[in-house]
Amino acid sequence: MAQKTSSQRGLHPASDRPITRDYVCVSDVSKTYQTPRNETIEALSHVSLTLTTGEFLSVVGPSGCGKSTLLKCIAGLSAPTSGLITVNGRPVKEPPPKMGIVFQRDILLDWLNIVDNVLLPIRYTRGHNPETARQSAMRLLDTIGLAGFEHNHPWELSGGMRQRVAICRSLLLEPDLLLMDEPFGALDALTRDELNLVLQRIWLRDEKSVLFITHSIQEAVFLSDRVVVMSPGPGRILEMLEIDLPRPRELEIRETPEFGRYSSHIRALLERHGAFRR
Amino acid sequence: MSGAAQHHFSFYSRYRKAVSATLSMVALLLMWEAAVFVFAPPVWLLPAPSDIATELFAFPAFYAHHAVYTIRSALIGFAIALVVGMLAAIGIVYSRFLETTIYTLIVGINSIPKIALAPLFIIWLGTGVNSKLAIAALSALFPIAISSVLGLRSADPDALDLARSLRASGFQVLTTIRLPSAAASVFSGVKVGLSFALIGAIAGEFVASSQGLGYVIIISQGTLLTTRVFASLLVLLISGMVLFYVVSYVERLLIPWHVSQRGSSEHVMI
Repeated sequence: MAQKTSSQRGLHPASDRPITRDYVCVSDVSKTYQTPRNETIEALSHVSLTLTTGEFLSVVGPSGCGKSTLLKCIAGLSAPTSGLITVNGRPVKEPPPKMGIVFQRDILLDWLNIVDNVLLPIRYTRGHNPETARQSAMRLLDTIGLAGFEHNHPWELSGGMRQRVAICRSLLLEPDLLLMDEPFGALDALTRDELNLVLQRIWLRDEKSVLFITHSIQEAVFLSDRVVVMSPGPGRILEMLEIDLPRPRELEIRETPEFGRYSSHIRALLERHGAFRR
Repeated sequence: MSGAAQHHFSFYSRYRKAVSATLSMVALLLMWEAAVFVFAPPVWLLPAPSDIATELFAFPAFYAHHAVYTIRSALIGFAIALVVGMLAAIGIVYSRFLETTIYTLIVGINSIPKIALAPLFIIWLGTGVNSKLAIAALSALFPIAISSVLGLRSADPDALDLARSLRASGFQVLTTIRLPSAAASVFSGVKVGLSFALIGAIAGEFVASSQGLGYVIIISQGTLLTTRVFASLLVLLISGMVLFYVVSYVERLLIPWHVSQRGSSEHVMI
């Protein structure tokens, strides 16, 4: 099965990855909503960005700047009003294959235990050996620090543990693209730091292309290769920022002057565009 | 706390409800028995609990026969309602057309007391078991269909998005997300529907029948055999309770994960 996939890609049979290029390409995308009262709300205005294969890209901005709308459009869950989105070279009309999503809420299913929640993706796709999938689910839970909780139920776990399970679920089918919509937004600061480190470790190991939506400037700078700064009403891109900090990054890097320069730059940018109302 | 004391504690908390319910029931029966002994009303006006028990134990086969007839009508009617109600609910949730047609119709017809339709079904289907099945099914259909529609609609939109992002088909979304989300709501409809089915079967027997507990009650009323009326009511009460507890048991088996079934917070680890 895996061999077939690599031969289909054809270009680089040696590695199981396509050649370095833009994995996600968003060009001139706008999105308007019609409210029940027939008002038109512009959520995204002429947004263009690219996510290079293997890159960690964050989109940061205040709430209501259309970050989640952008993610839903890339995921094929919502159609843009105008513009084009391609994932792995193909225009997005429906959710693309080889994609994992983590939402702000963990959305674990109460009627499944932890390992079955992680295994949810194989219920929807054919051609997976249940036993192998189960083994990878166990391995994922183990690497993320949840060994021994396989047979617990979601309601028995804390918020941070639940979100770890959601991350395992998104990684089960070894996606090339990981979309994360404020995955740590509902967690306390300490758990958030911890999961930032976990996520960095996973990303360094697997080199997936990650699009990470957040409203935390610190989190965006800490995790990303590049940060896209968005402004609200209608959502548009203010600036694209390269984060040139060595990896792997430790939490202490947040106290360095370089890190501080990046964050204060982003903060000033957002402030100039009225993100912080007084 | 020692093991024995803990066991005692959990025994008490588990059965406290059942014990106090039984005790209050026994107290009520004793008061009833005493009142009949003191005031000695004629037996056609108010028989003593002991009279009712004697009547039941004198003719067990008679009561069993009529109870089975009534419960069978109620259960078959209920089963029809369950299948039709669930299918209708799925159709209504997935089709805008069915929502505007069938669902509006269901909500409309639901405002008619189903018992008022019993004479019509006797005219159409005769005085045999078929008219009772129809009335029982119709009575149970509405609560099942309406609560199933509510349940299927209450699925978490984010969970639906999650399934769609994993390229689930419409049918897979139904079986893996919508139906489990709806289960608790369906069960509340099923409990109401089951008691409505029993009411429907009895109502049908009241209007025209030659068997069933409803028939026994109507005939005994005509001849002032009040003890027999009470005995039939007692059998109905017990059957209704047994059916309700069977459903609750099935519910606990099928959706042990639901909040309503989880019990106290002692299972929560963190």
